[in-house]
Amino acid sequence: MAQAHCHGPNPSVDLPQQATKVVLVGNPNVGKSAVFHALTGIYVEVSNYPGTTVDVSSGRMGDLGIYDTPGVYGVSSFNEEERVARAMILEADIVVNVVDAAHLNRDLFLTLQIIDMGFPVVVALNLMDEARVNGLAIDVERLSAELGVEVIPTVAVRGEGIAELKAAIKRARRGRPTPEVASRLPGDLPQVDGVLWLEDDPETCTRIGREGPGLQEEIYRARRRRADEIAERVISETTAGASLSARLGRLALHPLGGLVLMAAFLLVMYQVLGVWVAQDVVAVTEEIWMGEYYVPWMTDLVGRFIPVESFLGQILVGEFGLLTMTVAYLVGLLLPLVLGFYLFLALAEDSGYLPRVAVLVDRLMTVVGLNGRAIIPTILGFGCVTMATVTTRLMGTQRERTIATFLLSLAIPCSAQLAVITVMLVPLGPAYLFTFIGVLLLVYGAAGAVLNRILPGESSDLLIDLPPLRLPRMKNVLQKTFLKARSFLAEAWIFFVVGALLISILDQTGALAAMSGALAPITEGWLGLPRDAAQAFIMGFVRRDFGAAGLFNMALDAHQTMVAVLTITLFTPCIASIMIMFKERGKGQGAAIWLADIVLAILLGGLFHRILVW
Amino acid sequence: MTLDQTKPGQTFLIRSIDDPRARLAAIRFGIAEGSRAACQTVLPGGPVVVRKGKQEMALGRSLAHRITVELVEG
Repeated sequence: MAQAHCHGPNPSVDLPQQATKVVLVGNPNVGKSAVFHALTGIYVEVSNYPGTTVDVSSGRMGDLGIYDTPGVYGVSSFNEEERVARAMILEADIVVNVVDAAHLNRDLFLTLQIIDMGFPVVVALNLMDEARVNGLAIDVERLSAELGVEVIPTVAVRGEGIAELKAAIKRARRGRPTPEVASRLPGDLPQVDGVLWLEDDPETCTRIGREGPGLQEEIYRARRRRADEIAERVISETTAGASLSARLGRLALHPLGGLVLMAAFLLVMYQVLGVWVAQDVVAVTEEIWMGEYYVPWMTDLVGRFIPVESFLGQILVGEFGLLTMTVAYLVGLLLPLVLGFYLFLALAEDSGYLPRVAVLVDRLMTVVGLNGRAIIPTILGFGCVTMATVTTRLMGTQRERTIATFLLSLAIPCSAQLAVITVMLVPLGPAYLFTFIGVLLLVYGAAGAVLNRILPGESSDLLIDLPPLRLPRMKNVLQKTFLKARSFLAEAWIFFVVGALLISILDQTGALAAMSGALAPITEGWLGLPRDAAQAFIMGFVRRDFGAAGLFNMALDAHQTMVAVLTITLFTPCIASIMIMFKERGKGQGAAIWLADIVLAILLGGLFHRILVW
Repeated sequence: MTLDQTKPGQTFLIRSIDDPRARLAAIRFGIAEGSRAACQTVLPGGPVVVRKGKQEMALGRSLAHRITVELVEG
């Protein structure tokens, strides 16, 4: 689906077209993926943040096709995930509605909407363990009677209630619709269309060629009232005390405690990624495994068949060798850092911490015309800018998408690039690293603030639901880390190979020296870098990290390293990102953003050089 | 008064939400005009975190300013 090309494999089974379709529907973070997994036995990603799993999974349970949908709060088309979920629900023969027992009140809105639409439904009342911890008791029989469909209590991650749920799916039946909806249904439309038409669903209105009655809000209110009433009748509180998770959740958002916690999280991340992985681990994988064993061995091996100094020899095992440098960077340098980054991302997602970060930074993000939710594409950008550009779709307005896309392409280095940058900057000492971070933040803030001022329109406000903080399940976290790192490298290697090939050819034919000469006024004159730095910038067009990797081998002093690293970071994003940017933002805007990146990078790099000299 | 003026611990009834899109989204989260909720946290200059039952949601400052509430006894 939306992120298909960059991340997340899509476990999918071939099913005959006429097989009964059972579609899993539920709010975000209710354990829907765990229910899916328990029903089908196929592994799927279990994600904790709304907006990160637009991928859709399917599996098989006997002769039934089971489909997992993105978590949504209702059937409509407010955003990308909702459009995906809506389309899949409309195809359903049976709906399994997974609800969070601890947040029944919220979840019942969707349950009632599905029931109103006339689907045969079974409700999986999941996370019963969390409800108990929170001191909630739920009268399951009463709930079932109110809804008119079977309700099965489950704890999907432990497999509790799954056998009962499997049996109940075969008995799924239509429930009791909301009276305010049922009484207004037009007789000449199928029930699903009738309900969507009553709610002024734009797509349905267009398809049936009839204008909506303008009742969306009235219907929503009626359903909310009924959901609240049902929740009132079936839930009883056994204890009033807040659980540890609730208390921690509150600490994470405390104006002071929240900042301390976030600083601690970032510090741990820096220690692990910046110090331990970038230095100790990479010293072994890159310098020893690759540098001392693999590269000499490969050069020697190839040298037995082709002279190393020949054209082909240089392409294979030369300075930018396909079999030497390319492999050494991908495996020795990138892999450890990319794995480390995705591990932290998976932890933040699965624990429910990420949405809290969104709340903490909301105030700051409004300066650049975004709201706190934009922290998700931003953080994802530190993994892969391409993937992050796709997720800007979760933002409320086109205006925000333009700002976010531009800032991603300008001031957010991806994990591959960060890997090289960290290795270059860390030996210079913390002062350089913090200056680098400070300048990037400044550029991010200033560029965003300018766009916020000149772009017409208004940005949308933060309005998010906060999932409970949970202890992440290590198995999920590790599996997710591994899958994401793998698909990242699967996507990245080809650009590395093409880039290495291109540079080798340019180098061997003397074109590189000519270009470096032509660009000397910019590299030497304006940026104060050696002439060869132009090579790195040319490589930067292929992949940013590849450009940074080109700088890695040059003899630069601390000052030059700083200017070079900063310029290459602001410089154009990789080809994959540029293509996605053009696709998402249109040719005109895409080109404008791209040009602005290049011009700003050179301009600011030179200014920074002059400030440092001064 | 408006939601951005509430203090942590205060309980209130929501009177009106002056933003059609947010109004629909809020109904689905569980808060509609007439709902009873409590202020959980207010970040300085930033979002207001509101709690209804076991559920928590965060609203940006300027949205909170467009929501009218009436304080009630907790």
